[in-house]
Amino acid sequence: MSDTEAQAGPVLAADGTPLKRSLARALRMQKLRALALIAPLLIFVLITFIAPITDMLLRSVKNEIVVDVLPETVAQLQSWDVDSTAPPSEAVFSAFYIDMVLAEEQKLHTRLGTRLNYEKTGLSSLFRKTGRRVGRFDTDVYTDQIVALDPAWKEPATWAAMMADKADRGALPLTARTWDRWADYLNSEGKDPAKTKVEDFLFTALYLDLAAGNAKSVADPRIAAAAAAAPGFETVDIRSQFAKADKDWLDPAVWQTIKIFSSRFTNGYFLNAVDLQKGPDGIEPRPESQQIYLMLFKRTLFMSLVITGSCILLGYPVAWILANLPSRTANLLMILVLLPFWTSLLVRTSAWKVMLQQQGVINDVLVWLGIVDDAHRLVMINNQFGTIVAMTHILLPFMILPLYSVMQTIPPSYLRAAKSLGATNWTAFWRVYFPQSVPGIGAGSILVFILAIGYYITPEIVGGTTGTFISNRIAYHISSSLNWGLGAALGSILLGVVLLLYWIYDKIVGIDNVKLG
Amino acid sequence: MAVTSSNDTFVEFERVQKSYDGETLVVKDLNLEIPKGEFLTMLGPSGSGKTTCLMMLAGFETATHGEIKLDGRPINNIPPHKRGIGMVFQNYALFPHMTVAENLAFPLEVRKMSKSEREAKVKRALDMVQMGDFGGRRPAQLSGGQQQRIALARALVFEPELVLMDEPLGALDKQLREHMQFEITRLAHELGITTVYVTHDQTEALTMSDRVAVFNDGRIQQIDPPDTLYESPKNSFVAQFIGENNTLEGVVKEISGDHALVQLDGGELIDCKPVNVNEVGQRTKVSIRPERVEVNKDRLQDGAHLLKAEVREFIYMGDVFRTRISVAGNDDFIIKSRNAPDQIRLKPGEQIEIGWLPQDCRALDA
Repeated sequence: MSDTEAQAGPVLAADGTPLKRSLARALRMQKLRALALIAPLLIFVLITFIAPITDMLLRSVKNEIVVDVLPETVAQLQSWDVDSTAPPSEAVFSAFYIDMVLAEEQKLHTRLGTRLNYEKTGLSSLFRKTGRRVGRFDTDVYTDQIVALDPAWKEPATWAAMMADKADRGALPLTARTWDRWADYLNSEGKDPAKTKVEDFLFTALYLDLAAGNAKSVADPRIAAAAAAAPGFETVDIRSQFAKADKDWLDPAVWQTIKIFSSRFTNGYFLNAVDLQKGPDGIEPRPESQQIYLMLFKRTLFMSLVITGSCILLGYPVAWILANLPSRTANLLMILVLLPFWTSLLVRTSAWKVMLQQQGVINDVLVWLGIVDDAHRLVMINNQFGTIVAMTHILLPFMILPLYSVMQTIPPSYLRAAKSLGATNWTAFWRVYFPQSVPGIGAGSILVFILAIGYYITPEIVGGTTGTFISNRIAYHISSSLNWGLGAALGSILLGVVLLLYWIYDKIVGIDNVKLG
Repeated sequence: MAVTSSNDTFVEFERVQKSYDGETLVVKDLNLEIPKGEFLTMLGPSGSGKTTCLMMLAGFETATHGEIKLDGRPINNIPPHKRGIGMVFQNYALFPHMTVAENLAFPLEVRKMSKSEREAKVKRALDMVQMGDFGGRRPAQLSGGQQQRIALARALVFEPELVLMDEPLGALDKQLREHMQFEITRLAHELGITTVYVTHDQTEALTMSDRVAVFNDGRIQQIDPPDTLYESPKNSFVAQFIGENNTLEGVVKEISGDHALVQLDGGELIDCKPVNVNEVGQRTKVSIRPERVEVNKDRLQDGAHLLKAEVREFIYMGDVFRTRISVAGNDDFIIKSRNAPDQIRLKPGEQIEIGWLPQDCRALDA
C-alpha cells in the first residue's frame, strides 16, 4: 500500500506498464469479439436501411438539376434582379438557348420542367413545348456567316483541334465550356465529337465569344479572321425566338422561379411541406387552395393521439385482468391478444371495411333492430371514425403487451397493503397501483403513437378523404407524382416530429421510466 | 381451551371454515379467542392454514362458514379498508413510488386527517422505530431491516387496536431478526395493541408470544403460553414441531394416574407420564427433550429404568454439547448437555446407560 501511495504518477501494473494501458489491452480483444458478433447485422442495416434512407432524406434539400442543366443561364441570371418586372436581357436568353439545346439533346429539359413545375405550375409544359422548337431557332444565321468565312468551320475535326488548343480555349471560354458539355454527351453516347456534325448552338456560342471581343489577339488565323468579321454579322434576336416559341418566356415570374431555385441546395421542398413557398420577396404562404400539408400533419397527430388514448382505455383493463389471472388462464388469453399478429394486416383492415360499411354487418344489424333507419345508415368508414376504429384494433396488442409485462411485476400485496391501511378500492388502485403501472402506459403509448403516426395501409384503405394520414401523401409523392424531394421533406418532418415528441417525453416522464417488462 | 366468551375477548373466530376449491377444507372448524392486548402467534408448517386465518381476519379472504368477530362485532361483511386493522406484510409492501414519510402518511391521508396532524403522527411513528431521519428516502434506498421498521411504523401510525403480521422477519438475517423480535414485542406491549403474528419459525414464536397457537392440517393443535407448549406438548405433532425432540415408539404396559410403563418396540421398559394415552395395550410415541436426558446415573431417582446406548457422534457447539446416540433401535437420539466444567465429553463408540425423570418423558398419541 505504502508503495502505491508514495507514487505520484499513474498506477502501474505488475510489469511496469501503466495500469490503464494494460487494462485497455486486456479489454481490446473482448471489444473486438463483440464487434465481430454484431458486424453482420450492422453492415446489413447500414446497406439496406440507413444508407437508402439517408439518401432519400437528402433528396429533400438537393436541387442540383437546375444548375446542372442550365449552368450558363444560372451564371447569366446572377446579374438579373429577381424583383424585376422586365424579362432578362438577351445575354440570358442566349445562354438559355445553348443550355436548352444541350438539354433537349439529352432529354433533360422535361425532367427540369417537372422539377420546376413543383414550384410554379405550367413550367413543365412550357419546357416541353420549347424543347420541341429550340432546335429550329434561326441561329443558323450565325452558322452560315461563319462557314462563309472559311468552309473548314464546317468540319468537326477543325473544332476538335481548336478545342484541344489551350490558347484558343482561353480566347473562347463559352465555346470551350459548351464544346466540353457537347463532347461529354457524345462520348457517353459512344459517338466521336470529331466526326459529328457541328450544331448551330456551337456556332452561336462561338459568335457570342467573338462578339464579346475575347478573341482579338488570338494566334489562330481562322479565329482571328472570324473575330474581325464578327462585328459586321447579321444578328438573331434569341429572346424573340423564345417569345415566338412561347410568350410565357417574357413573363418575369418564370425567370424568378428559375433564379430562386438555381442553387444546389434548396429549402423549397421543406417550405412546400409546411404550406409555404419562396416568392421574389422571400418566404410567403401558399395560396389557400394549395394548403394541405399542415392540416394533414395536424390531423395525423390528432388522430394518433386519439388512437393512443383509445388503446390505453381499452388495453388497460385487459392487461390488468391478464396480470391478475393465474398464469395458465393468462397464457391462454394472451394467445387471443396475440391472435391478430398472425393475421395479415390487410385482412384485418378489410374485415373492418366489411363490418363498418353502409351495407355492412353493423349497419345491417342496427337496421334490423330498428335502431337506425334504413335510409339513414351510419357512415362509419372512409372517414376519421373508420380509421380510428380500425387502427385502434390493429395497434391494441402493442399497448397490452408492455402494460401486461409491467403489471405482472407489481405484487398484489401492494393493493392489499393499501386496503389494510384504510384505502377504498378506488384509492388503492389510483394512489398505489396506477402510479406503478405508468411506465407500462408510457412504453405502450410511445409504441402505439409512433406506429400510428407513420401508418399507411389502414388509412389508405379505410380512411377515405378525411381519414388519411400524412404518410398517404408521402406515398403519393413517392409513387405517383414522383416528387421525391417533397416526399422526402414530408418524411423528414415526420421523423423530426417523432424525435421531438420522444425528447419531450423524455423530459417529462423520463425515458428510463419506460419498461417493456 | 376456553370456548366461553369472556368480557375482554377482542378477536373471536367461531367455527370458522375455509375452502378454496369446494373440495378440501384449508381451515377446519377454527375456534379462537384473543383477549385485548395479547401477542398471539400462529405457528405451523406451510399449508397448515395459519396465513389463511390471518387473511380472513384482515378481510382479504372470506370465511366459507362461521363467524369472525372483532370487539364483539361480526366483521365477515366489512371490507378490509373499514376494519381498521394494521398489517405488516412478508415483503413489507412499502409503496416504491412514495417516500418513507408519504408511505406513513398514506393511511392518515385516506382518513382525511389534516396536514399538521399527519406530519406530527408520521414524525412520532418514525421516532418510535428510530428512523426519524429517513422520512425523505425511498423504500429502495433502505436496507431490509430499515424497511421492516418502516413497514411496522406504517401499520401502527393510524393507531389500530389490532395489528396482523405475516412472517415479517422472514427476509432478515439472523442477528437482525433477533433484534427486531425484541423491538416488535417491546412496541406491542408498550402500545398495548393486540397482535396476531404468523410465522413458521418456532424460536420466534416462543420468544415473542404471550400465547402460541400451533396449526396443522387446518386445525389448532394446541394453544398455550410458550413454556407450557414446550414442556407439555399435548400431542406428538406439537412435540415434534416445537423444539428438538426425541421419539421412541412402543406399547403401554401399565397405566396408573400420573405414571405409565411403556414397553418399547425393542423390548425395553421405560417410565413415562401419560398425556393422551389412557389404556393398556395402546400404541404410543414417547417424547423426551434432548436436554432432559441424563447420562449421570447418580442424578436419577432410585429404580428408574435405564437404557443401554452407544455413542455415535459428539458435536461441540460452544455453549452445549450435542451427542447423537443409538438407543432402542433409534439411531438419531440426541442428548444435549450444558458445557460445564464437570460435564462428561462422550466419545463415539462408548457404551453408556441413559435415563430420565418420568415426568419429562411424555407418552403421546401414536
